[in-house]
Amino acid sequence: MLKKFGAVVLTAGAIAFAAGAANAQTPKRGGNLTFAISAETPHYDCHGSETYATLHFSAPFYSTLLQFDLAKFPQVKGDLAQSWTVAPDLMTYTFKLHPGVKFHDGTPLTSADVKATYDRMRNPPEKVVSPRKATFGDIASIETPDANTVIFKMKAVNAAMIEHFASPWNCIYAAKDLASDPNFPRTKVNGTGPFTFVEHVKGSHVSGKKNPDYFKKGLPYLDGFKGVFTLQAAAMLNAVQGGQVLGEFRGISPAERDRLVAAMGDKIRIEEQSWTLNLLVAFNTEKKPFDDVRVRKALLMAIDRWGGSKGLSRISTLREVGGVIRPGSPLATPPAELEKLPGYQRDMAKARAEAKKLLADAGVPNLKFVLWNRNLAMPYTPAGIFLVDQWRQIGVEVEHKQSDTAPYLAALNSGNYEVAVDFSNLFMDDSTLALAKYLSRDRSPQNLSRSTDRELDKLYDDHVRERDPKKRVALIRAFEKRVFEQAYQQPILWWHRIVPTHKVLMGWKMSPSHNLGADLAEVWLNQ
Amino acid sequence: MLRYVISRLLYTIPTLLGVAVLVFFMLRVVPGDIVEVKLRGDGGTVSQEVIEMERKRMGLDKPLLEQFGSWMVGVVTLNFGNSMWTERPVMEEIRLRLELSLQVAIMATIIAVFIAIPLGTMAALFRDTWIDYATRIITIGGLSIPSFWFGMLIMLSLLGFFNWLPPITFTPIYVDPVANLTQLIWPALAVGYRYCAVVARMIRSSLLEVLNEDYIRTARAKGVYEKLVISRHALRNALLPAITVIGLEFTFLIGGLVVTEQVFNLNGIGQLFVQSVSRNDFTLIQGMVMLIAAFYVFVNLAVDLLYAVFDPRIRYT
Repeated sequence: MLKKFGAVVLTAGAIAFAAGAANAQTPKRGGNLTFAISAETPHYDCHGSETYATLHFSAPFYSTLLQFDLAKFPQVKGDLAQSWTVAPDLMTYTFKLHPGVKFHDGTPLTSADVKATYDRMRNPPEKVVSPRKATFGDIASIETPDANTVIFKMKAVNAAMIEHFASPWNCIYAAKDLASDPNFPRTKVNGTGPFTFVEHVKGSHVSGKKNPDYFKKGLPYLDGFKGVFTLQAAAMLNAVQGGQVLGEFRGISPAERDRLVAAMGDKIRIEEQSWTLNLLVAFNTEKKPFDDVRVRKALLMAIDRWGGSKGLSRISTLREVGGVIRPGSPLATPPAELEKLPGYQRDMAKARAEAKKLLADAGVPNLKFVLWNRNLAMPYTPAGIFLVDQWRQIGVEVEHKQSDTAPYLAALNSGNYEVAVDFSNLFMDDSTLALAKYLSRDRSPQNLSRSTDRELDKLYDDHVRERDPKKRVALIRAFEKRVFEQAYQQPILWWHRIVPTHKVLMGWKMSPSHNLGADLAEVWLNQ
Repeated sequence: MLRYVISRLLYTIPTLLGVAVLVFFMLRVVPGDIVEVKLRGDGGTVSQEVIEMERKRMGLDKPLLEQFGSWMVGVVTLNFGNSMWTERPVMEEIRLRLELSLQVAIMATIIAVFIAIPLGTMAALFRDTWIDYATRIITIGGLSIPSFWFGMLIMLSLLGFFNWLPPITFTPIYVDPVANLTQLIWPALAVGYRYCAVVARMIRSSLLEVLNEDYIRTARAKGVYEKLVISRHALRNALLPAITVIGLEFTFLIGGLVVTEQVFNLNGIGQLFVQSVSRNDFTLIQGMVMLIAAFYVFVNLAVDLLYAVFDPRIRYT
């Protein structure tokens, strides 16, 4: 089995290497790309969404001010912004826009459109949903001295602001559309992106055709695209194998990868990378005995992440051992440091003996509880089973309760649970986003431990305003240590992204987030 | 007859009203909130303020009776409101999928009926011969193998042997009949096999019973041709229970092909049902339950009327 797995990985690696060489070829123009989207967006509005399904649908139709340079991730590059400058005190950001950009309806894009877009996100009108309102809360004003210049003045320093300007969720809308109806982008499409909207057949597909007036000359290469909604993994895999779709850009499991490689050989390209997603275990600190740090810490210490990673990575999308920041990213805690924190020790016999002692000291040597989890097979079920087994080894009896997303969220948000498998979905390796989940409950509704820790809040605020990168890293480490020492919640494992594409599909770039690189501008077909 | 039909149609009003009340209030007992699923289901870090704003925007902050009242006003005028997930009219969401589901149901029924009637008849006429045994094996296979599993076998066979799969997106039959039939014949076969097995077994057992009736013996004693005895006297009566089964199966196919639709990636009512339940999209669920309830009521009425066509002893007054 191991041999077979190794062979598959080697094959995939060789294919990926060959693909890299092929990527250096001169792009060919024309053709229509059909790809799979594993979920269907409820609406078209990037600003009001938190699901990749919206981006895989809408990104080809829109531009953003900046975008992540996936070849040099996490560096950013201009999209609508031809150039930009940041004041030394990080309080002013000035963007010069590409001249001659037109919306798909022919309206010229000006700085007023950028202002209207960001105003909508930071100060949404009534009946407009803006999940990123807080992200842009540090913006004091937006000035538009001329049609091609936008100036953002800040209320306070946010060291990650430039990355936030590159967020894929910040689609630029036309000011006139927003003026006519603040919710125009929920149901209609009018962007400046590489493709113009053709149709959305509900439950079936979305399609677009090449934007002849796209401001990046020579792009896109494709004549058009069709994103087919394949909600079931089996149907999606069949479609990839049968050539009905040329790829799926979110990610598949190792077993699915192995099936495709075995069936398709050198026709399929597999790209792999650590993912900006993780599953966490969260303890409800408002419920006894989880209000006792000794109990929480004991449960974290019983988890063998290093061993679990080896086993789970064969059967699920879980793989990397990491702290609060994605392992392998610039701000991540190195493994040697991580091993010193509760829950990351390598000597499991010693850790579990200590865990048992902590439980006995806390007066709960025979602890029993219910672990809440989502009933999604990948990777929630294996993660839950893994936890149950790990805790069984210190004499803890756990009932694994899996439910649909709606009742799961209802239970978690009402605090009607003891321990839960939670998840964190980021689009970049920004610490302001990654750490926010661990803030006190009154500041972060997504903190499922429901803890209040002002020391953590202060560390967070200090790190957001800190401009010295070294001091910032130190504050992140201190924050992480505090979270794990108090054992409110902790990542179980980080996800591993595996993306299958047919070898004829070129120019698509792999990244640690499935929310990035969805505009298809540089994708082409080698046929 | 007309009076009977009118009275039956009038009975549908309290039936559907009861369904409407039940589905509306029972759904409100289900834990969960579509706004949470929408904004936090993918791990979004959305503030409680935004959640509350969205609830207000969708009218979920209004008293339950007020929500029920406005929905019922809509139902009476055949306006089921907007889907809470897509915010598009419920009727539009259903209409898009109904065309496909209806076509699969009709095709499966045609396949089932055209195979089941001769198969069941032959099995009954040649009872305990190799024909009967073969029919039993085929029908037991149809009953034992779930449709979705048969569908998966079909898909994997097409992929493995021909390296080909049917089109992945739906094309209406009036736009491109070839593309349409190329896509839908496979799910119709998958569900039609089980459907056929049920109907064939029903016809066999029913025909065996009828063949022992006195009026069949009388017909034979009068010297009526055996073919006429079978087709005019025996089969016609034996079809009555089969018609009931066909009616029930047809209605089931409209909304019950969840897994089969997933296997073939079909954009049908079954998938929509499951999605809307998992998202707590109450308005869409309500609309679909009403649709399927209406289907059951009208198909049952049609079945009852068909009884009179096949059995001259039945008269509705």
